[in-house]
Amino acid sequence: MTNQNGRFGIHGGQYIPETLMNAVIELEEAYDHYKNDPEFNRELTELFNEYAGRPSRLYYAEKMTEDLGGAKIYLKREDLNHTGAHKINNVLGQALLAKKMGKTRLIAETGAGQHGVATATAAALMGMECVVFMGEEDTVRQALNVYRMRLLGAEVIPVKTGTATLKDAVSEAMREWTSRISDTHYCLGSVMGPHPFPTIVRDFQAVISKEIKEQILQKEGRLPDAVVACVGGGSNAIGSFYHFIEDEGVRLIGCEAAGKGIDSFETAATVNTGRVGIFHGMKSYFCQDEYGQIAPVYSISAGLDYPGVGPEHAWLHDIGRAEYVPVTDEESVNAFEYLARTEGIIPAIESAHAVAHAMKIAPGMSRDQIIVITISGRGDKDCAAIARYRGEDIYE
Amino acid sequence: MSNIRKAFENGKAFIPFITCGDPDLETTAAIVRAAVANGADLIELGIPFSDPTAEGPVIQGANLRALSGGVTTDKIFDLVRDLRRDVKVPMVFMTYANVVFSYGAERFISICREIGMDGLILPDVPYEEKEEFLPICRRYGVDLISLIAPTSEDRIAMIAREAEGFLYIVSSLGVTGVRSEIRTDLGSIVETVRQNTEIPCAIGFGISTPEQAAKMSGISDGAIVGSAIVRLIGQYGKDAPKYVGEYVKEMKDALK
Repeated sequence: MTNQNGRFGIHGGQYIPETLMNAVIELEEAYDHYKNDPEFNRELTELFNEYAGRPSRLYYAEKMTEDLGGAKIYLKREDLNHTGAHKINNVLGQALLAKKMGKTRLIAETGAGQHGVATATAAALMGMECVVFMGEEDTVRQALNVYRMRLLGAEVIPVKTGTATLKDAVSEAMREWTSRISDTHYCLGSVMGPHPFPTIVRDFQAVISKEIKEQILQKEGRLPDAVVACVGGGSNAIGSFYHFIEDEGVRLIGCEAAGKGIDSFETAATVNTGRVGIFHGMKSYFCQDEYGQIAPVYSISAGLDYPGVGPEHAWLHDIGRAEYVPVTDEESVNAFEYLARTEGIIPAIESAHAVAHAMKIAPGMSRDQIIVITISGRGDKDCAAIARYRGEDIYE
Repeated sequence: MSNIRKAFENGKAFIPFITCGDPDLETTAAIVRAAVANGADLIELGIPFSDPTAEGPVIQGANLRALSGGVTTDKIFDLVRDLRRDVKVPMVFMTYANVVFSYGAERFISICREIGMDGLILPDVPYEEKEEFLPICRRYGVDLISLIAPTSEDRIAMIAREAEGFLYIVSSLGVTGVRSEIRTDLGSIVETVRQNTEIPCAIGFGISTPEQAAKMSGISDGAIVGSAIVRLIGQYGKDAPKYVGEYVKEMKDALK
């Protein structure tokens, strides 16, 4: 899907300081070598299967299907992976690659804390040092994940600059990488940043759609009509879409965090409200003001609270292959509660954005149609925040 | 010939960096004039960006102060129009790709030409991405300044051969900010630069004392100082022009 300069249409590229150029070139060369290396792929598959618990289940949500009265709904259970989210797929791949490259230290940004926990986990497993940058506001919203990272041996650095959320954590991790490159790999958590990250992360996450395709063909003997996933940077979504991009009959729907609504200033719906810009190493859509200053974004979900979107999504939007729809906090919280009560599955508030949209479209579809929703993570981490949203204070 | 060359005709060049609009644009104008009166050879004017990923805490703080004070790209263009009534030394903008891209690269760069800006430094636009801006810069006679880093190694020759205006050599790994010691082997970097281009090169990142400036200009054609000046501005606010003027004089004297 990419050309040689890491472009997806006009998007992507390598807009980074000269100091990092040789580091990304070295990474690209190493990745191009190892992605075709049988031994690397054998090790990664073993980690996926034996350590992370893959393949993840494709679960027929029968009660939800009956309740909504339309399309048949399947849930891709990335929440059942080790560490509780799809993030582990990418992290195991990058940590293994970094280790092959002789790096001894992983740094990462994290929003909700899922990617930070996954990186800390891989670092512990592979005997690497780990430093995670997390917006100070997010360390408060996701205190439990901060503790998990520390328990796993990682150092967590609260980022106080800017809006003290995910974008600032990315900026700070990039600054750190600029100051220490030789022994350090920046384990970027989403399909964003400079080339080759959007491609590497997508390839490691593409296992999601590879499995969905095999599983749905086995269960239903046909492809789904729609695949629905939430989009912040967009890693679980691109992972869920990738092997269906060529299958034009499969609608690909990315659910953006609209926060309090796309007509409000408190939103993080990048494709719906942003415009093309250059930031964090890539050209893509960004929420920004008329002078190109990156806008503060808002969502109840710390993992979707990012002002940009991965360049491949920007391209899929441009060519009309994928749709990007806004989902509000209120709709997501309703879906969070709905899935818990209907199926006994508590999804991450990020994934609840996808559930919410599927709840909107399923009733209008026929009973012989199929929707696959990617449940990118589990929702334990969100319980306190959702309780607060509903006006109830609980202690973790 | 590039106007920027003139900055290197008075011995070793001293190049101060100033964030526009910190604490306000009137003070920025006074600081630029004080710097020029005290021997600054080239002025690097920073257009603030909300998320300056190549900056350390000092310049990040200045960006934030300037933006919360309401500074915009258009107001900075007006500042330059005012400055150009009497300031004759070469001036360049330092900002991030999105500030230029979002304004419309052609519109931004044509205004640079019209108001008398000589160059543009974009720290998040490496060699591989310069085609986004370089053809437009060439059309309007605005030099797109290239940077070389301690990690550039085999890239130095390639970058130097196509460089315009002057070459900005980054002294150290990491972001901008004052450093007590600069350990990079800058001598060998400059040697490779010299083998590949005739244009002058100046060293920046981490320089704050007259001793460091003298040492850096001993190796190259000039010294760029940002954080040390921005810190003075943060400390003295509206009274900063006097202190920056004194500092520039001390630094320029050390280069003589």
